Amino acid sequence: MMSTLESTTTQAPPRAARGGAPAVTEWRVMRSEWIKLRTVRSTVVALAGAALAMLGLGVLFSVFADSGDGSGPGDGGDALATSLNGMLLAQLIVGVLGVLFVSSEYSSGMIRATLAAVRSRTSVLRAKTATLAGALFVSMGVASVASFLIGSAVYGGAGATYSLSEPAVLLAVLGGGLYAAGIGALGVAFGFLLRSAAGAIGVLVALLLVAPLMVQLIPGSIGEWITKLLPGNAGQAIMHVQTQADLLSPGIGLAVFAAWIAAALVAAAIMLRRRDA
Amino acid sequence: MQRVLPPQQVKCLRWHDDRPAAGADHWNMIKVEELSKKYGSRTALDGLDFTVRSGIVTGFLGPNGAGKSTTMRIILGLDAPTSGRATVNGRPVRAHAAPLTEIGALLDAKAVHPMRSARNHLRALAATTGISDRRVDEVIDLVGLGDAADRAAGGFSLGMGQRLGIASALLGDPETLMLDEPVNGLDPEGILWMRHLLRDLAAEGRTVFVSSHLMSEMAMIAEHFVIIGKGRLIADVTAAELQGMTAEPTIHVRTPEAGRLRETLTADGLTVSGDGRETLEVAGTTSEDVGRAAARAGITLFELTTHRATLEEIFMDLTRDSVEYQAGHTIKAAA
Repeated sequence: MMSTLESTTTQAPPRAARGGAPAVTEWRVMRSEWIKLRTVRSTVVALAGAALAMLGLGVLFSVFADSGDGSGPGDGGDALATSLNGMLLAQLIVGVLGVLFVSSEYSSGMIRATLAAVRSRTSVLRAKTATLAGALFVSMGVASVASFLIGSAVYGGAGATYSLSEPAVLLAVLGGGLYAAGIGALGVAFGFLLRSAAGAIGVLVALLLVAPLMVQLIPGSIGEWITKLLPGNAGQAIMHVQTQADLLSPGIGLAVFAAWIAAALVAAAIMLRRRDA
Repeated sequence: MQRVLPPQQVKCLRWHDDRPAAGADHWNMIKVEELSKKYGSRTALDGLDFTVRSGIVTGFLGPNGAGKSTTMRIILGLDAPTSGRATVNGRPVRAHAAPLTEIGALLDAKAVHPMRSARNHLRALAATTGISDRRVDEVIDLVGLGDAADRAAGGFSLGMGQRLGIASALLGDPETLMLDEPVNGLDPEGILWMRHLLRDLAAEGRTVFVSSHLMSEMAMIAEHFVIIGKGRLIADVTAAELQGMTAEPTIHVRTPEAGRLRETLTADGLTVSGDGRETLEVAGTTSEDVGRAAARAGITLFELTTHRATLEEIFMDLTRDSVEYQAGHTIKAAA
């Protein structure tokens, strides 16, 4: 019964119904999620906090990057990679924000009002994902550009430096916004799958921070490959110009990262449709 | 207290009154058909079947755990039934283009993000359906939330939460309203306000379906009652029909000559109970007959009253078997 209902929901073109008779459209559900996102101070603070972490740490790493004798924080990387290092912290804020954007509705019970108001449950998943990912792409994209520009200017290391006018560099820097958007989407998916903040944040942290350490224990090239395929490493590959020894190439990295997100969102959509709200 | 009907009969008890449907449009209602819901091996709903009509307030009654909230969640399309179906205005709720304009629901007054203001909460819900911010302001005024609307909802009292819940139910100006325990947490003034609001909404021809576990509360608001216990329909009746379900009234007599009156009445073939010192309870007769019998025997009466079971007592009696956790001895002693 549910699947036949779902299939009828996306027929109306979003713009046709704007301002017209009361009806639920994809566009309107997205507007609703945008209102939710910006009307809670903690989400706004988290968005700003992630951008500040990105910028602050990026500049800090760049200033203290030294000549490559292996003792400084930015050693081994180039100016680009060093200036975007703030993502290590920012990704956690972004991922937690994605989880809370969903789990707060479950903990308060508002999810029932949300789902009762719309026709298709998955439209809520789509709207939340698109809204948060869009906001993150913009805010973290801007933060990445700022980190790169300021970081490059103060870079004290011996690695290569780049200019934003090179297309590959621009893509890598905007990759910061893309990576953050992807991690936010992953958080949304885990939020819907696990419904509780503690559980979903736990899985997210395990996947981003703990799993890379664990798979390093696997000997040989299998361990190396699994390391590269983990969502964090695959996604961060898009923030580089040159293929790193321990990362996939930017293009392959993007594909693997997108596959992780797609898998998580599909799983979330299936569970959202099947489970009682 | 004596049982009205044996439980086997009570299970499918239903009165079909011949009153015409109050609303002009027969689509304008909630229909629950053979609804069953199992959670693992536990049966929450077992073949529930009833219709809620427009133009009147219908009370949805049952002890805690009877399945009221489960039924409401299924009607809203939040939970999937194991079998059977529920429709609102002729269709499953999510088959409507704009569910908010078909059915407005209040399930849980606390189901609001604690850090979001009431106004923004309503705006977010309204946005899904393209309902204007002007309508949001309207419903805020309508429920009397006023200045509190711009405060974080986490600081609301339960009563204010209920008002916010009512506001969200009214957002889409729906023909059907479904409220789960809306009087919970309201102060006396709030209860009075809620009563008037629900009656007014019904008088406008809307379908108003209100759950409660307290009959005393529902008796003041509802004209029709759907009573369930352990997921089964116990009764689907009007207030008058529910009143009629009780056994004959008992006559309560207080007299200084209880012994003599007992003998007189027993001689007439009546059943007399009571402590016998000063008060007697007489079944199967009227106060007139008891009065005349006493006069004939020259017995002084201090008090002569007819006792009819209250709706509350009838409700308690009907649902006694389906109360999940019963304080057995205490209840028996009190009755």
